[in-house]
Formats: sequence, C-alpha cells, structure tokens
Amino acid sequence: MTASPLAAREATLGYGRTVISADLTVDIPEGEFTVIMGPNACGKSTLLKALARMLKPSTGTVLLDGRDIHSQPTRAVARRLGLLPQSPTAPDGITVADLVARGRYPHQGILKQWSADDERVVAEAMEATDIRDLASRGVDELSGGQRQRVWIAMVLAQQTPLLLLDEPTTYLDITHQIEVLDLCAKLHREGRTLVAVLHDLNQAARYATHLIAMREGAVVAEGPPADIVTAENVERVFDLPCRIIDDPESGTPLVIPKALASAPR
Amino acid sequence: MSTAHRAPDLAQPLAAGRASVGAASEPVPRRRTGRRVTGLLVLVAAIAVLTVLSVALGARAMDLGEVWAGLTDPASNAYPVVTELRLPRTALGLAAGAALGLAGALMQAMTRNPLADPGLLGVNTGAAAAVVTAAYFLGFSSFTQTIMFAFLGAAVASVATYLIAGAATATPARLALAGAAVTAAGYAYVSAIQLMDAASLETMRFWSVGSLVNAHTVPIVPVATLIGFASVVGILLARPLNALALGDATATGLGVDPRVLRVAGIAAITVLAGTATAVCGPIVFVGLVVPHVVRAFTGPDQNWVLPYSMLTGAAFLLLTDVIGRVAARPAEVQVGIVCAVVGGPFFIYLVSRRKVARL
Ligand SMILES: Nc1ncnc2c1ncn2[C@@H]1O[C@H](COP(=O)(O)OP(=O)(O)OP(=O)(O)O)[C@@H](O)[C@H]1O
Ligand SMILES: [Mg+2]
Repeated sequence: MTASPLAAREATLGYGRTVISADLTVDIPEGEFTVIMGPNACGKSTLLKALARMLKPSTGTVLLDGRDIHSQPTRAVARRLGLLPQSPTAPDGITVADLVARGRYPHQGILKQWSADDERVVAEAMEATDIRDLASRGVDELSGGQRQRVWIAMVLAQQTPLLLLDEPTTYLDITHQIEVLDLCAKLHREGRTLVAVLHDLNQAARYATHLIAMREGAVVAEGPPADIVTAENVERVFDLPCRIIDDPESGTPLVIPKALASAPR
Repeated sequence: MSTAHRAPDLAQPLAAGRASVGAASEPVPRRRTGRRVTGLLVLVAAIAVLTVLSVALGARAMDLGEVWAGLTDPASNAYPVVTELRLPRTALGLAAGAALGLAGALMQAMTRNPLADPGLLGVNTGAAAAVVTAAYFLGFSSFTQTIMFAFLGAAVASVATYLIAGAATATPARLALAGAAVTAAGYAYVSAIQLMDAASLETMRFWSVGSLVNAHTVPIVPVATLIGFASVVGILLARPLNALALGDATATGLGVDPRVLRVAGIAAITVLAGTATAVCGPIVFVGLVVPHVVRAFTGPDQNWVLPYSMLTGAAFLLLTDVIGRVAARPAEVQVGIVCAVVGGPFFIYLVSRRKVARL
C-alpha cells in the first residue's frame, strides 16, 4: 500500500452530540485521485471537513503527513491542503479575479505582499478553469456553473499538492462537468493527490483511481473502481438494483439502473 | 515549500475546442487601484480642510490670519482659544472619528453582518453602566475618573458578550444575540440606578450625549496612543478578514483560524470603540454608516475598506462637529446629535432598501 499523506484514525465525527461517523478509519492514498461516493446525508462532506481540519474529531485523530493535523500551524497546513466546500459564500460585489486572488492567502505574509508570482498563478488558475473572460465580472452576477468554476480556480490558486473538492461538478452542464473532471485528471497526472465527492457513479468509475463508498457514516467498500463498482456494492450502498456493463468509451464499469433499463422506450 | 510536492503548472487550457483568450502570463485586469488611490488623496485633502475649519469655526469664527496668529503668537487674542480649546477638540474629533470608523468596519467584517456596529458588542452600555456605577456607588465625578471607568465598562461588556456567545465557539449570529442580551441587561441596570439617584442621572446626561466639548480635559496623549496601537492591529487584520469573508470553512482552508481572528478583532474593536465612547460618550451611526459608504466606493477588499473607514470616520466626525458648532450659534449642537440626525435617516434608508450587502 502506498503512503498516506492524509488519514483519519478511529475518528468519531459529528455535530454537537449527534455522531455521524464512529471510529472511522480512512486512508487517502498518495498520488491517487480518490472519489468518495454514497447517498445524500451519509457523511461525505463531514468526512471531508474532518480531513480538512474544519471539524475536530471528538475521539481519534486526523493525520496530515503522519502528524495530528490540529497540532500543525494552520497556514502551513493551508500550503499543503486546499478545500472547496460544498456551498461556499462570497461577499457582495467581489469580482471574479479578486475572489481567485484570495486563494493566495497562505502564500502571503505581512512583509510578503502581492507579487508577480501571485499574479501569474492567479492567471493560470483562471485559464485552467476557463474563466478568464469573467475576470472583471461580479461573482454575484454569474450563473451557478460559472460560479462553481470560479471557486475551483480559487482553490487551484492556493497551489496545494493535496486538494479536497466537495461536489465540484454540481451546477455544471455536462461539458463543464467533463472539463472539470479532465482538469482533476490532469492535476492528478501532474502529481497532486485529489479527493472529490461525486454523485455520478459512472464519472466516478471513469475518473477515480481509488474509490471510497460510504453509507450511514461508515466506509462500506474501498479500492480501485474496477473492483468496487459491482452490482452488489451499488445495491448495498444505494439500495439500487442495477447491471454493470463496460463503458464502451473508457472500458470502466458503467452502472445501468434496472428500473431505467426496463422503462418503455 | 517542499520540492517533493511542487505544485504543478496549470497553464494549459483544458478542452482544446473551447480554448481561452489571451496568454496566461497576461496580467488579469481587476484592480481598481487607481481610483482607490485617488479617493484616498481626496479624503486626506478633505481632512486637511476640515481640520482648518474645525480650528477656525466656533462660537467665535476666525479668519485664517487669526488662526495663524492663534497657532504661532502666544500674545494674540486667539492663542488661548486655538491652543487650549480648538486644537484639542480637533485632535480628539479626528482620533475618535477614526477609531469609530475603523471599529465599525472591523465589526462588520468580523461578524459578516453589514448592519453590525461596535455597540453590538455591548461597548456603549458597558461604558454607560460603568459611568453610573462610578457616580452612584463610588461617588466619582471628575471627568478623568469617569472616562477611566467608562473604558473599563466597555471592555468588561465586550468580554462578557464574547463569553456568553460561547467564546471559542462563537459564531457571528451568536455574537449578535449575546450582544443584544448584554445591551438589554446593561440598560436595565443604568435605568434602575438613574431612577434611584439624581446625581448619577446628571453625570450620565453630561456624558451620554456624545460630544467633543470636554476635549480640553481629555488626556489626549494616552487616548491617541491607545487608538493608534489598536488601529495598527486592526489594519493588520485586513487580509485574514478578506479570507473570513468567504465563510468560516473557506477561511480555515486558507489557513486562517476564525477563532483567533475573532479574539484579535474583538480586542481591537473594544479598545477603539471603548476609548472613543469613554471620552466622548456614545456616538452612534459613525461605526454603522461609514463602512457602508466606504464599501460602495472601494468594493469589499478589506485592505481598502479598513483604512478608508478610518479616514472617512475622522472626516465625518469632524464635519458633524463643525456643523454642530455653527448650526445654532452661539449655542452648540452636540456632535452625537448631529451624527444621529445625519446617520438616522441614512440607516433607515439602508434597511428599507433591503438589498443590504452580504459580507
Ligand atoms: N453543521 C451541521 N450541524 C448539524 N448537523 C449537520 C451539519 N452538517 C451536516 N449535518 C448532518 O450530518 C449528516 C451528514 O451530512 P453530510 O453533509 O456529511 O452529508 P453528505 O454525505 O455530504 O450529503 P450530500 O450528498 O447531501 O452532500 C446529515 O444528517 C446532516 O444533516
Ligand atoms: Mg455533502
């Protein structure tokens, strides 16, 4: 097994007294594109928040590079690990370029103000997400899909080797979904470790190199998509009877829900 | 940064067919820096003009020659008026206005509430409660004693608000609720004491209008030092506050600890607003209205909002004080009242417009 830069060890996660995940142990393998899937409210975002130190486990630990993430300086962590929350908020009147530029925060300091390097990274992040045309627009006047790409650019501008993305493809049309996933695949090829929550099983199967399937706060199955995306597992996780065929385009597993297959054409 | 995890280049556009415009190295057009620098210069010029007006105008108006004589010639008639009354008053107006403007901007940024004002931390009631306590229970009546107590009261009230809001677990909404509770309790206490004791009512009446009339008795050096120090701290919070504007989760992701930031912010606000309130009495609306006007011009970048709010606060308080001095000559209208008369309708307009900027 590859080394794990980020892991939860017997972590109990929850809000107040409500426990969402008890004694959860998860390893995010180095250099892989990990996709977390599972039904709504099963605790995917909760796990992501815990991995990104937004939520402190009540018992157990989250380890970044083998050390408790909460014992490390938060700015240093922010240079290692970036997070795109599920529903981020932007202040009124902020422009696209200004929002993306805020991703540079962990690389700046009192004495190290805005530099040409920052400028270049921001331009590249906007290029990569295809939002350069929007640079001077207000974020509040964008469509949901445009806004989503702006937020992805903000996290990219953070330039972290580890990226956690909570449903990066929501709001996006099919073309932009594929673009964002291709972008993720490219970042992965270039050496980053990615973790994304996705709801589309077929996209997950096609793009992920490592899958984590969750249900009711627990990890039900994990491993390479070819091993994990089976009819039994899909039924176990989603209560959805289905057939699995080979994706004619990529050869990865393709989930065909039974109900849909038997619907009249 | 470690080279093993060198962050990769993102330069290439993804989908070939939907290629982007322009090269990645081209600077992105976005900074409204030119306009904002011009605005700063205009503000500084306005403050200079207002400073001259504030020295020249009053119950007895002077022309520029008299002002100059008053500044430079100890033998002139104007000298005592200028150096003992008008200069301290102007200095105090500038310092208190800057403090209230910055405190308001910090408060709104920290709570992500565009209608927040330092009073929401309980600063005003805390100071008032301390003033009546000093007068009623301890029999203090000198002005210096009163302002020391007022400052202590402001500090105690904002710490209490923070603790009631759950300390490290405080959220913007809980801070607002805790502030409302502390304010209500404080006012009940102040009213009770005033009903029992006429003398404290008199002290309070004297203190609670919000005025710069007593500027000559204010220890201006310690006051300015406190405000200056807290201002530096406040301005340094601009960048983390920019991160906080994206929500607690994103801010954490960017390496800001919202809990630490809130403690630092509350400390700066308490010293800024607490000092200004202790010395001048509660002056409402500066901290509420000034950051609003500023944001409409600068946009939401705190690197600009905070210094702008400071300067605009100083200019606004000086302007309202001058208006108060000339509006009803030879009598004076207290600056707190002028502020409320100008700020009140504006506040109602903001609320009725409904499209209050999200922060
Ligand atoms: N801030 C919170 N306070 C209290 N409970 C929460 C909070 N956030 C989430 N929960 C609860 O925790 C459970 C898991 O939520 P979580 O957001 O992790 O689900 P998810 O798997 O990401 O779902 P989705 O696919 O809908 O995004 C849900 O029952 C939810 O109601
Ligand atoms: Mg979720």
